[in-house]
Amino acid sequence: MSAPPLLAVEGMSLDFRTRDGRVKALDGISFEVQRGEILGIVGESGSGKSVSAYAIMDLLDDNAELGAARLDFAGADLLAGDRSALRGMRGREISMIFQSPRTALNPIRPVGKQIEDVLVRHGPVPRRQAKEKAIAALRKVRIPDPERRYDAYPFELSGGMCQRVMIAMALACEPMLLIADEPTTGLDVTTQAVILDLVRDLVDHSRMAAILITHDLGLAGEYCDRVVVMHAGHVVETAPVADLLARPAHPYSARLIAATPSSASSVDGLASIPGNLPNLLRDDLPLCRFRERCDRAIARCDSDPLPATEVAPGHLVRCWRPL
Amino acid sequence: MTALVEAKGLKRFYKVGSGRTRGTLHALDGVDLSIGTGESVGLVGESGCGKSTLARVLARLVEPTAGSILFRGEDIAAIPLRRFVASPVRPRIQMVFQDPTESLNPHLTVGEAVADPIRRLTGVRDTAEIDRRAHAALERVGLPEVLIGRYPHQLSGGQKARVGIARAIAVEPELLILDEPTSALDVSVQAVVLKLLADLRDRLGMSYVFVSHDLDVVRLLCERVVVMYLGEVVESAPASALFEAPAHPYTRALIAAIPDPQRRGARPPRLDGSPKSPIDPDPNACRFYGRCPIGQPVCGTTKPPLKPVGAGHSAACHFAGPPAETLGSQGQ
Ligand SMILES: Nc1ncnc2c1ncn2[C@@H]1O[C@H](COP(=O)(O)OP(=O)(O)OP(=O)(O)O)[C@@H](O)[C@H]1O
Ligand SMILES: Nc1ncnc2c1ncn2[C@@H]1O[C@H](COP(=O)(O)OP(=O)(O)OP(=O)(O)O)[C@@H](O)[C@H]1O
Ligand SMILES: [Mg+2]
Ligand SMILES: [Mg+2]
Repeated sequence: MSAPPLLAVEGMSLDFRTRDGRVKALDGISFEVQRGEILGIVGESGSGKSVSAYAIMDLLDDNAELGAARLDFAGADLLAGDRSALRGMRGREISMIFQSPRTALNPIRPVGKQIEDVLVRHGPVPRRQAKEKAIAALRKVRIPDPERRYDAYPFELSGGMCQRVMIAMALACEPMLLIADEPTTGLDVTTQAVILDLVRDLVDHSRMAAILITHDLGLAGEYCDRVVVMHAGHVVETAPVADLLARPAHPYSARLIAATPSSASSVDGLASIPGNLPNLLRDDLPLCRFRERCDRAIARCDSDPLPATEVAPGHLVRCWRPL
Repeated sequence: MTALVEAKGLKRFYKVGSGRTRGTLHALDGVDLSIGTGESVGLVGESGCGKSTLARVLARLVEPTAGSILFRGEDIAAIPLRRFVASPVRPRIQMVFQDPTESLNPHLTVGEAVADPIRRLTGVRDTAEIDRRAHAALERVGLPEVLIGRYPHQLSGGQKARVGIARAIAVEPELLILDEPTSALDVSVQAVVLKLLADLRDRLGMSYVFVSHDLDVVRLLCERVVVMYLGEVVESAPASALFEAPAHPYTRALIAAIPDPQRRGARPPRLDGSPKSPIDPDPNACRFYGRCPIGQPVCGTTKPPLKPVGAGHSAACHFAGPPAETLGSQGQ
């Protein structure tokens, strides 16, 4: 059989306690990241992509309640054992690029120094060489004039430049797993291509694997090996990327693919998925959280817990009436 | 179409570095821009080329180093920033910021954040009416009612982005400047927002400056597209002309890099190298020279001005022009 996955998430649930009640943000999600692959996570805004990443990183707010059957990383059980030791290991081996890069950087320290700090903290890089390496890292992510921009503060850089500094920092750690949460939303397509080529090369030629959270299916199609589709705190479909784009099995995935703007000829022609995500505060959430937006629903959707059907090798769908 | 905004020669420089590394960063270097009433102008270009700077200068959040901004004929760039806050033009221009996490006050709930500009800028004093307008704006961007009492850190990225948009449209400005408003949104929510923007333009004649990296979205929403490179406008054209017959080599590279799932594995040629430094750029060279696939020695010694290449279509390139096939038919 295949080698054990680098990361295994199984049956993970997450609630947030709020003034208005419990937000059931994740409900029994499972997915794996294999060594040497880029796993894409796609899904509607608010579907739980970022909080899944925070859960893996142990960065959840205090009002969060996490339940998981299994959370294994590189052979270690992240749910058992000493929390601070595990945090240290996460910090060394998993790097995360946050959705809002400027707020994730230290506003009062030059960006070059921030990369240096990471290099010194993570590797056997002596301070003397760190500056040179930090400048090389800036050059790699295409910051022009890196020798002079080394001294810039985050507020002196554009949104996309901050995003690239975050990426440079994350890669400088040479992590086993990179979690990139919408890492290129601030980048034009040409710069985006350069950055993601860089990530792809590292995944292909070093020990690093990656999770790419994105709402851009074109991007997922070009760079990911497999994709997980989330909807309202459920993983509704998991598939090799080409398979998903060509033959989506879950009605939600099919709608998502059909809503891609490149296929529309006018704003009016843009497809949107009718309805909203269900209110996650509700206590009577339906078994299938897409139920109320779905035009294929059958009686069984209301009575039986969602199945996990393998419609093709490695292509799983949680739906009673897949396409 | 009468011009709502007529900006001329906008510049914004920053002093950077010290000692040996001292220099002047040309974030915006002589940009002209005109925006008609009810017109949507798309603004695209490489990361760091000055789009947000231009947006902030137009919104009067950043003082231009030089240049004028005529808003319905009045030069608002001449009004000092401090006086502008109280000027009657202020509520007529709104901006949606690139990073919603940065621009939302962490101490205000969603409902309070949207009510705030309505209270400050519209003169409406009735609390019930303010609430009604805030709720209406939130509903229009597709934000569920249950989120109204939440704080920003309790929202997802796309939910925060929609709060930012709701805030700006709630006061129904004449000019709405949107800096990457949909980059945090999935396609379905994005469709809702784009339809809303198209509707506001048709009903209220709102004008937009729409900064985006998503060329598909720009193609759908904007009538005109302005392409920037290192602080300058390198091409400006009706959207259809820009996508069908891009005249500047940078624009062509940009269009060629749109992600395409069909292309997996076979990487298309990438634009080589990084842009030149925006610090003390050579005034006599084309800023794209060195990276440009069709550059010639003249490009290193003479900077090409923006010149007309078609109807309402101009480009700053010595070798700009319609693509080869139409060139032939024109020559007859
Ligand atoms: N601290 C919190 N308290 C309450 N609810 C929260 C909190 N953090 C997140 N949520 C909710 O959990 C859900 C999942 O949020 P998450 O940030 O993971 O979404 P996402 O899939 O990353 O969306 P986006 O694409 O918009 O970034 C959302 O409905 C969000 O409002
Ligand atoms: N306060 C500042 N001090 C110094 N330089 C600045 C300042 N603000 C912006 N710049 C510089 O001006 C240039 C243009 O930045 P701007 O934010 O306008 O780019 P942008 O086109 O919006 O890029 P992105 O697509 O990455 O958001 C960049 O080189 C940036 O570093
Ligand atoms: Mg998110
Ligand atoms: Mg910007």
